[in-house]
Amino acid sequence: MNTALSWIQAYVPDLSCTDQEYCDAMTLTGTKVENYARLDKNLEKIVVGQIEKIEKHPDADKLIVCQVNIGTEVIQIVTGAPNVKEGDKIPVVLDGGKVAGGHDGGPLPEEGIKIKAGKLRGITSNGMMCSIEELGSDRNMYPEAPEDGIYIFTQDVQVGTDAVEMLGMRDTVFEYEITSNRVDCYSVLGIAREAAATFRKPFVPPIVTVKENGEDIKDYVSVEVKDADLCTRYCARVCTNIKIAPSPEWMQKRLRASGIRPINNLVDITNYVMEEYGQPMHAFDLDTVAGHKIIVRRAKDGDEFQTLDEQVRKLDKDILMICDGEKEIGIAGIMGGENSKITDNVKTVLFEAATFNGANIRKSAKRLGLRTDASGKFEKGLDPHNAEDAINRACQLIQELGCGEVVSGMVDVCQPMKEKEKIQFEPNKINALLGTDITKEDMLDIFKMLDIEYNQETNDLIVPTYRQDLGCCADIAEEVARFFGYDKIPTTLPNGEATAGKISYKLRIEQKARDIAEYCGFSQGMNYSFESPKVFDKLLLPEDSPLRNAIVIANPLGEDFSIMRTISLNGMLTSLATNYNRRNKDVRLYELGNIYLPHEFPLTQLPEERMQFTLGMYGDGDFYTMKGVVEEFFDAIGMDKKTVYNPLSCKPFLHPGRQADIEYDGEVVGYIGEIHPIVCDSYDIHTRVYVAVLDMPYIVERATFDRKYEGIAKYPAVSRDISMVVPKDILAGQIEAMIEQRGGKLLESCSLFDIYEGEQIKEGYKSVAYSITFRAKDRTLDENDVTGAMKKILNGLESMGIELRQ
Amino acid sequence: MKEKLEQIKAEALKQIQNSDALDKLNEIRVSYLGKKGELTAVLKSMKDVAAEERPKVGQMVNETRQEIEAVLAQAKEKMEKAVLETRLKNETIDVTLPAKKNNVGHRHPNTIALEEVERIFVGMGYEVVEGPEVETDYYNFEALNIPADHPAKDEQDTFYINGDFLLRTQTSSTQVHEMEKGKLPIRMIAPGRVFRSDEVDATHSPSFHQIEGLVIDKHITFADLKGTLAEFARELFGEDTKVKFRPHHFNFTEPSAEMDVSCFKCGGKGCRFCKGAGWIEILGCGMVHPNVLTMSGIDPEKYSGFAFGVGLERIALLKYEIDDMRLLYENDIRFLRQF
Repeated sequence: MNTALSWIQAYVPDLSCTDQEYCDAMTLTGTKVENYARLDKNLEKIVVGQIEKIEKHPDADKLIVCQVNIGTEVIQIVTGAPNVKEGDKIPVVLDGGKVAGGHDGGPLPEEGIKIKAGKLRGITSNGMMCSIEELGSDRNMYPEAPEDGIYIFTQDVQVGTDAVEMLGMRDTVFEYEITSNRVDCYSVLGIAREAAATFRKPFVPPIVTVKENGEDIKDYVSVEVKDADLCTRYCARVCTNIKIAPSPEWMQKRLRASGIRPINNLVDITNYVMEEYGQPMHAFDLDTVAGHKIIVRRAKDGDEFQTLDEQVRKLDKDILMICDGEKEIGIAGIMGGENSKITDNVKTVLFEAATFNGANIRKSAKRLGLRTDASGKFEKGLDPHNAEDAINRACQLIQELGCGEVVSGMVDVCQPMKEKEKIQFEPNKINALLGTDITKEDMLDIFKMLDIEYNQETNDLIVPTYRQDLGCCADIAEEVARFFGYDKIPTTLPNGEATAGKISYKLRIEQKARDIAEYCGFSQGMNYSFESPKVFDKLLLPEDSPLRNAIVIANPLGEDFSIMRTISLNGMLTSLATNYNRRNKDVRLYELGNIYLPHEFPLTQLPEERMQFTLGMYGDGDFYTMKGVVEEFFDAIGMDKKTVYNPLSCKPFLHPGRQADIEYDGEVVGYIGEIHPIVCDSYDIHTRVYVAVLDMPYIVERATFDRKYEGIAKYPAVSRDISMVVPKDILAGQIEAMIEQRGGKLLESCSLFDIYEGEQIKEGYKSVAYSITFRAKDRTLDENDVTGAMKKILNGLESMGIELRQ
Repeated sequence: MKEKLEQIKAEALKQIQNSDALDKLNEIRVSYLGKKGELTAVLKSMKDVAAEERPKVGQMVNETRQEIEAVLAQAKEKMEKAVLETRLKNETIDVTLPAKKNNVGHRHPNTIALEEVERIFVGMGYEVVEGPEVETDYYNFEALNIPADHPAKDEQDTFYINGDFLLRTQTSSTQVHEMEKGKLPIRMIAPGRVFRSDEVDATHSPSFHQIEGLVIDKHITFADLKGTLAEFARELFGEDTKVKFRPHHFNFTEPSAEMDVSCFKCGGKGCRFCKGAGWIEILGCGMVHPNVLTMSGIDPEKYSGFAFGVGLERIALLKYEIDDMRLLYENDIRFLRQF
């Protein structure tokens, strides 16, 4: 909301402070000033001048030489402007002065533009006549300004006076951020009331008295509200003998500063009252209202209606309409109809000031895609009392500004209004909540400024109807705090029962995951939780894959963000692709983020959110590098049982010969592999990509930070190396499983030290060599121990079709 | 005999003097003192010496042996020292050559900022908890005093799944889950992902992170809220950080406030970073609304509390002077490596 300080000052006449002081003080009491701008910024030494004589420039066809009376003297100014004539009064910037911008209306330079006396084609020019653009404004705000040329005053101004003042630019416009609970502050009067309380100055609202012409409104119009649930009050008044003309300069100035373009007295008055009271008004040409009858009712599904902006709107049964005896003439609270539009020929005006159901207006405006200034106000839920005040104010202005006569009386269709809110006054409770020691009297002073009455007998605080945000003691405490000063409330730390600071076990495991990933060279990425349903095809998931059962967002930002991910790979591959396309080498990324698995469709319970630890890399390293990271992580979180890598993982997005499920404790806890080349292609990554995905809920269940010292071996170990010729399809994991199974309790470890395929090895076989280590905890092993164990192992291996090499 | 020993000694010392390598010294030791060495030979010839002469000759042989050994040892030490010196000299390296780094990975700036915040609050006795990202309308709105049809629901541009389920727009929903557990007092922070339908640009993202804070106990005051958050700001942004509380409005707190911190770049004088204001808006907070307490089964007559919510990205962007929010979700390694 933008408002000129001078308008506020009209209702708080004693208010006097600098712009910055005003900004700071208002912000600290809760009416936040977003920013403020002086309208006369960079306008210096600009006076009203009158052109006494115009001559042609001797050396330039397009220039003229003007003698301009600036009150104290007559100066010579050369200009190229085509629109001035002798006798015109114009703004003149004198030698050494400043204007805000160029005549083209481009962006205003921060420091303005300095104007100096000089010569144009040899003729002295001692200043410059200004266009409205040079004064930092535009034709939108000053419609009387010419399209191209010098601004010419239309009103009676005195030569030599301050032209900036005459244009209403000696003012500051403040932009406020009003919180949604303070509907009353979406108005000049509301803000003025806050300003008065903030600076502890008297608040002087306008005195509204309407001079009526004695005719009876009942002879002009009747009103029927059929859907009272959506319209709690409908006030109507009629003005006759309307004479359309420009509104007075003071009104135009205030509207302009609020960013509203002045149009004519009638439109300006409705806009002015909307700004002043925060109550949107609508004006109908009564002669277009069939049967001089207003009916407020819901539209019917499928109805169509043409609004003022000439658009045809589709209606439904939840949209409230203003109708006359025959037809719909406006969408309630949102926009009037083309068919009842006011024209310059209007003779009789019907004013409407109503209170509509806020939620209904908000939803209707949203469905229609038509959010207007009026609907923006109605949707917050207006005070029905305000409607009457506002309509009377509008009629007062019609009459006072000579715009027309006011017919006596008001048609008022009004539901029973809520009683004023009463809240028990509990100063101790307020102090206990704030941690303050404010006296009861000081609190009562604050209430008085805010129009909150105090009934001593019942100990009730009685809240004015426009303060719909006040309903309980905590609300009252905030009022006290605001005007006592948030800055004056002491700062303490909570005392009371001590609590242990901690993070959950799950978060500790995640911290460990980050530590290990980073130690292994992986950097942390973050991806969105929602993605495109196209991802499933990109990852080659079959049509019947359960992963395709993703939660769909009803109102996504677009298809690319429309489903909640059921698999974490797309984010990782997209990030790797970004890096690959930017030619970043050897990229390793990890992510800790949820996937969302619905239990059923449609959703009747929360989906399962499973944290995924996703690692991805390209460049330096291979499958086994990635496998190493998984094992480092398992080591770090005490998962020291044998991890099984099952190659029968069957993930369509992974290389069929380079993938494995990661099994721990008989459960699949994740998978690892090289990304399928087709998938790489569709992400535009033209190198090998390795990934590992660990399903953290399984991991967290099996992780432990418990450690037990097992002692350092006292007795020597004995090692035996074996070399084998192994059928190609037997995996190292199967050989190890056999060694472990047969090795007995003396077996300490076995480790692969050579693997070879190719020449010298017969077709279909590979050469594999292991070093097998035995050790006893309590003695030095003798030859017999080892020979016995080795025999069992070798027999086992031979039974697998493995040949031993000597 | 004596002459012979003198002669052996002189010969040995001369050889020692002339030797230039450790193995040569060893050869000398063997040739004089070894089993087949010259001195040993002398000893072996003792049987030819008269019995009464033998102790004397023996002593002379031993003395000669000791003398040779002493000189040998001396020569050896000297030579070893020289060898070591040569080695060390030859092994000099160019310490300015590039390091061999382990290429440790980097943590996301969001996480670094989160860990900072967690450290501060865990130190003050807060528990770090989590809540679901897909939420029910009840936890995200209704239980936070935002009833059906309330305009605040629109303000937050919620992503809906259907009428009952949505993507949480604020971590405040976790407050409700914690309060419903019925364990008091509560001191918690709840970091997490939240969602709002904002188009992606330099300052907006449809998915971002918040950290919610909640304290519920007997006698908790607005002054406690101020003190706690002032302490937090000093820990996070530096000892000299000042805070300013401005009245604001949130449905689930009353009174409510926004907290600004003095600009940590210019110290509050006003600069480009704080857009000349000297202050930077950092979080929203307030005293938990009695309706919220009641709905979660806590008696507002006995207990009070405060809550706050801070945008994690906002802190990360401010602290690390990142000028475009999109960088946080691109995962360009050249960006991540700077943290």
